[in-house]
Amino acid sequence: MSGKPRLTYLNGRGRMEPVRWLLAAAGVEFEEIFLETREQYEKLIKDGVLMFQQVPLVEIDGMKMVQTRAILSYIAGKYNLYGKDLKERALIDMYVEGIADLMQMILMFPFSPPEAKEKNLDSIKERATNRYFPVFEKVLKQHGQDFLVGNKFSWADVQLIEAILAVEEKIPAVLSGFPQLQAFKVRMSNMPTIKKFLQPGSPRKPPPDERYIETVMKIFK
Amino acid sequence: MSGKPKLHYFNGRGRMETIRWLLAAAGVEFEECFLETKDDLIKLQKDGSLMFQQLPMVEIDGMKMVQTRAILNYVAAKYNLYGKDLKERALIDMYVEALMDLNELLMSYPFQPADKKEQHFANMVDKATNRYFPVFEKVLKDHRQDFLVGNQFSRADVHLLEILLMAEEDKPGILAKFPLLQSFKARISNIPTIKKFLQPGSQRKSPVLEEDVPKVLKIFY
Repeated sequence: MSGKPRLTYLNGRGRMEPVRWLLAAAGVEFEEIFLETREQYEKLIKDGVLMFQQVPLVEIDGMKMVQTRAILSYIAGKYNLYGKDLKERALIDMYVEGIADLMQMILMFPFSPPEAKEKNLDSIKERATNRYFPVFEKVLKQHGQDFLVGNKFSWADVQLIEAILAVEEKIPAVLSGFPQLQAFKVRMSNMPTIKKFLQPGSPRKPPPDERYIETVMKIFK
Repeated sequence: MSGKPKLHYFNGRGRMETIRWLLAAAGVEFEECFLETKDDLIKLQKDGSLMFQQLPMVEIDGMKMVQTRAILNYVAAKYNLYGKDLKERALIDMYVEALMDLNELLMSYPFQPADKKEQHFANMVDKATNRYFPVFEKVLKDHRQDFLVGNQFSRADVHLLEILLMAEEDKPGILAKFPLLQSFKARISNIPTIKKFLQPGSQRKSPVLEEDVPKVLKIFY
């Protein structure tokens, strides 16, 4: 056994991508197993490896962890990306949960029927620019610090940079009214571990394409 | 200011109920401010009281906390209901996240359109009895302890009890094949703080009545 965390998921972003981001940001190397067929997935279930018969699965520190948030909280706690006390943790949790709601819209987008796609894209744009980005723009403006919480790099920063890049892929000019977020994006992108993750050949996965969508439909029916 | 947490939501279970359960289980008295109309929600949004324009919102320890999970995490940690270390926390998180998935199914059932209700109900019962309850039955069987994690009362126990009772409301006898969950239910219901919460006149809310469904939909959508 290598000692490195081992991720089991499809070969695409989905619900595992925030885990890849957080491990990468923490400078933790990991291995990946990609589910390609329904049979592979059913075997995992039959073997009793998936606590609630679902992926993501992350094998880490002797545990077979499931449930994305449980996995992310564990990694954040272990690698000191979860604030210094309960109140910083509360702030990080609020920010991360808000961003997760926005990311959920992006996650579901490829699976919406063609006639709903334009409306859903508008919803993503509306929510990003009116509900979520203004909050973080204001937070950064008010304290003038490099990071969202406690003047220290945390899970919240990783989640936000991931979300900014994901929304920009769909709506390129989305940051045009948000100078603080633009600077934040540059700053985070230049952090050594994140810079490495953003380079070609890293474990970062590309946006979902037709093939990925087909695989999802096939495996999860 | 009273010093007690103050909960802002409508007078019903929804996403606030799990928070009420946890505070009650921890023996923490709390106040509630009930929204009745969409205008009440708009007023709170305009006040800047709601970070992402949404409820639940809980005023606690000088913070206006939003995002259900952030609130639950804070309350659990503050009142020592979150395990003794990172690994116990990981286990609690896995259990609680799964219970929240089941909770989504239970919570959304009354709001399903008439033509989807039957299928939703079937799916709900199937997931409860085939995916979730067997896991907790096995956990209790394997360690033979009173509580789910670390031989100590935690938020996982509170949440499981809440879910068991809600599932039984929808389908009496749903626990027929789960003897350990039945004894767990009896045991945890008898914990003094929880026993008090289960008595009439407590702040525990009733299931939404069919005639109130349109009113709730109007406030939130």
